[in-house]
Amino acid sequence: MKILVCMGNVPDTTTKIKFDSEMKKLDTNGIQWVINPWDELALTRALEIKEQSGGKIEKVSVINIGKADAEPTIRKALAIGADDAYRVDAEPSDSYYIAAQIAEVAKKENFDIIMCGIESSDFNDAAVGSMLAEFLDYPSVSAVSSFEFNDGNVKLKRDIDGGKETIVISTPFVAIVQKGICINPRIPAMRGIMMARTKPITVSAPVETDSLIETTIFELPASKAACKMVDAEDTDKLIELLHGEAKVL
Amino acid sequence: MSIIVFSENRIGKIKKQSLEAVAYATYISKNNSKPVIAISVGNVNNDELAVLAKYGASKIISITDSNWQNHDSQAYTKLIAEIVEKESADTIIFSHSNMGKAIAPRLSVRLKAGLASNVLALPLSYSPYVFKRKSYNGNAFQQMKIKSQKCVITINPNSCDLVESPVSVNITDFTPTTVANAATKVENIDLITGKILLTEASVVVSGGRGLKSSDNWKPLEELAEVLGAGLACSRPVSDEGWRSHEEHVGQTGKIIAPDLYFAVGISGAIQHIGGISGSKVIVAINKDKDAPIFSYANYGILGDAFDVLPKLIESVKKFKSA
Amino acid sequence: MNFELTEEQLMIKQAARDFAVRELLPDVLERDAKCIYPERQIKMLAELGFFGIMVDPKYGGGGMDSISYVLALEEIAKIDAATAVIIAVHNSLTAYGIEHYGNEEQKQKFLPALASGEKIGAFLLSEPEAGSDATSQKTIAEDKGDHYLINGTKNWITSADHGGTYIVIAQTYPDKKHKGINAFIVDRNSPGITLGPHEDKMGMRSSDTHSVMFTDVKVPKENRIGEDGFGFSFAMKLLDGGRIGIAAQAIGIAGGAFDLALKYSKERKAFGTEICNHQAIAFKLADMAVKLENGRNLILKCAWLKDQGKSYSIESAMAKQYCADSAMEITTEAVQIHGGYGYVKEYHVERLMREAKVTQIYEGTSEIQKIVISRALLKD
Repeated sequence: MKILVCMGNVPDTTTKIKFDSEMKKLDTNGIQWVINPWDELALTRALEIKEQSGGKIEKVSVINIGKADAEPTIRKALAIGADDAYRVDAEPSDSYYIAAQIAEVAKKENFDIIMCGIESSDFNDAAVGSMLAEFLDYPSVSAVSSFEFNDGNVKLKRDIDGGKETIVISTPFVAIVQKGICINPRIPAMRGIMMARTKPITVSAPVETDSLIETTIFELPASKAACKMVDAEDTDKLIELLHGEAKVL
Repeated sequence: MSIIVFSENRIGKIKKQSLEAVAYATYISKNNSKPVIAISVGNVNNDELAVLAKYGASKIISITDSNWQNHDSQAYTKLIAEIVEKESADTIIFSHSNMGKAIAPRLSVRLKAGLASNVLALPLSYSPYVFKRKSYNGNAFQQMKIKSQKCVITINPNSCDLVESPVSVNITDFTPTTVANAATKVENIDLITGKILLTEASVVVSGGRGLKSSDNWKPLEELAEVLGAGLACSRPVSDEGWRSHEEHVGQTGKIIAPDLYFAVGISGAIQHIGGISGSKVIVAINKDKDAPIFSYANYGILGDAFDVLPKLIESVKKFKSA
Repeated sequence: MNFELTEEQLMIKQAARDFAVRELLPDVLERDAKCIYPERQIKMLAELGFFGIMVDPKYGGGGMDSISYVLALEEIAKIDAATAVIIAVHNSLTAYGIEHYGNEEQKQKFLPALASGEKIGAFLLSEPEAGSDATSQKTIAEDKGDHYLINGTKNWITSADHGGTYIVIAQTYPDKKHKGINAFIVDRNSPGITLGPHEDKMGMRSSDTHSVMFTDVKVPKENRIGEDGFGFSFAMKLLDGGRIGIAAQAIGIAGGAFDLALKYSKERKAFGTEICNHQAIAFKLADMAVKLENGRNLILKCAWLKDQGKSYSIESAMAKQYCADSAMEITTEAVQIHGGYGYVKEYHVERLMREAKVTQIYEGTSEIQKIVISRALLKD
């Protein structure tokens, strides 16, 4: 069996977000790029499953839609332990576009399990995994916080509001994962780092896709008024402000 | 043409987020005169369904067949697509909830309808639609235009006021031609009952590392109780195992947008802010005057949580009984 | 000239950083306060390959260059210098010593367990009466034909207890002075080895430091490193490289303190504005940043020279002296910027200042470095 993990190349989450003067494009100066945190969790779990599968899972691949400058991030995934990588050489303009491109590769390679993080920390769309599943006409399970693979049988837990559902599913399918899927993202080991360059990255050209949306402009949040301090002894005052001034009580 | 809202329920009760979605649809409807139709799947009685009409849904399509209770996103997508076609809808609205996130993107592909997810406000323009949505974990907003004829939207909690606009309602039981042929089988459902859902709560009380250990949660629980608030925590707290990761709010945990958020003993790392930046009002209680949380908070109390909480609980009690 | 780090070097730096923040930071204050050895973290670091960073992959190492090594050490030391010193002694001295001066048999026998971190390395040179003056070794290794018999005491030994593989420097021919000294690979569990109590140190409190007593400890002949009498020259060569590691550790400590001070100065307000807006603080930050940059560049140059197979003895002395002294200055200023908060443990800079001190002392004091540097300048 083969697992594909979809990974975004995103600004480090502590980056201060700035845009160009027209507010149309991210100002990438000084940005450190990382694997989208949820995708990193997906990758970690995929590798754990592979290691525990007793050979049932032969391979974990990663895929990224991005230009060549995404390759260091892809190699980090290889250093962490992915066996090989695919890159579709295109700007990842929106979720629909990304999912359409991944679908093309996935159709050719017949992966049994596809894993995606629940959202990307740049566009916060929470859409690629489900869109990909629809393009492939695969079932998808979203908000997965536990993924068990026993002798080829898959058991997932997904978060529903106020609880969890245990789901059984047969391959192929798309699992859209979130926190809880593994304890921590895996840190690459020295050996992995040294081997990353020896692992293949297959680069392909994008396919034509419909364009359904367009970013018109970005805005930055308005700067907030200073925090109003209330004396620690006067909690009545706080309640009065929350009721009378903020009108939230 | 019509506007469709996918309404969610929890054990037969319609979720607040779904009422907001209907109210959102009604705002659009006022602009373009398209009727608002709500879809409800599951065992929701007509009295409860009628609540949707209070916010402007003039037609409710109810699917109560028990075969349709599996929440399988692939099957639900087909079901909704069938109704979209039948009702010639061009705007389909979901909550930005786990279920909305699972179905809306699939529907977008199926209908070739542009997806506006994580939408924070009413449309900036209606023809074509332009939406303001959250991006970069709340560190920026994106304005995006829909270029396709149809459009699928997921809206964040608190993105639209719950204004009532009652209409007379027509509730139809619907038997879809689509078969509820789910590839996913739900083996077990584990519901946490008796607790206020974080994603639904209008007030959330949240504790951080400043509370020092899992034994010190009593006063926070009490504050949550007197406020009728949901209980949450920061990442270090769930990482340490002091509280369940169900309660973790932040960029990698639950993303919430209550009216009022109490951050108690939470320093306010940027990852935490990413999960709460949609809150209308943030109150910070912290003994470190330099804690970054104060630069995000609207109100702050500088002091030790263990001293402040008992007083605050008393103040809330006094307020509630007044 | 190329100042760009490679993708691998950047990845290692980040890996070390991620590890330190996630695994070392949460309990560093407690381990410091209670002198607790970072057992759990050492195991994890071993799995990640931090104990065989530069060791040839054929002996189970990562096969990385010295630049990667110093970058990793710096990142670990920023958060936890005590863990960094365990890694530094192990890699720069024990593993490097065996790999570069041991014979093939010794490499095959000892390196895999060191590279995997199954055994932690220790280096036993200092004695109660031979610190900076390493020529006057009092520990004796008597030649008994097929083995040596070691007797004597070693002081200030990092990883003395948790270490599994020692390199011991001892005198075989006292009349030949430093030319009679040998180096031996000794199993920590050999009969006749006893440890003194855990030293109650100013800093680096979670690394274990003891004196080690040798009473008739039998060491097989094949465990001697190099020719008979090579020990002193071996130790000096190792310390040339060891100095780069300690310099990296020092600059890590300094960098950690600087990051905290910079952050604090942007948050703390006095006289109506953040204190970084006061020139007295801003200039301190500027001075600290310049020293950090200089120190890092010196270290990277040494590591580069070493990777190129060029001589780096003087440069590493310069780097160690400069970085250690700068670390002391930078951490002291970091405490000053924090004011009263800097003097309490919770804010970390107090600990970093205590940790900086030893970098001016161990593996050659700053004064010894100046001797090395000036002697080289004044030669012939």
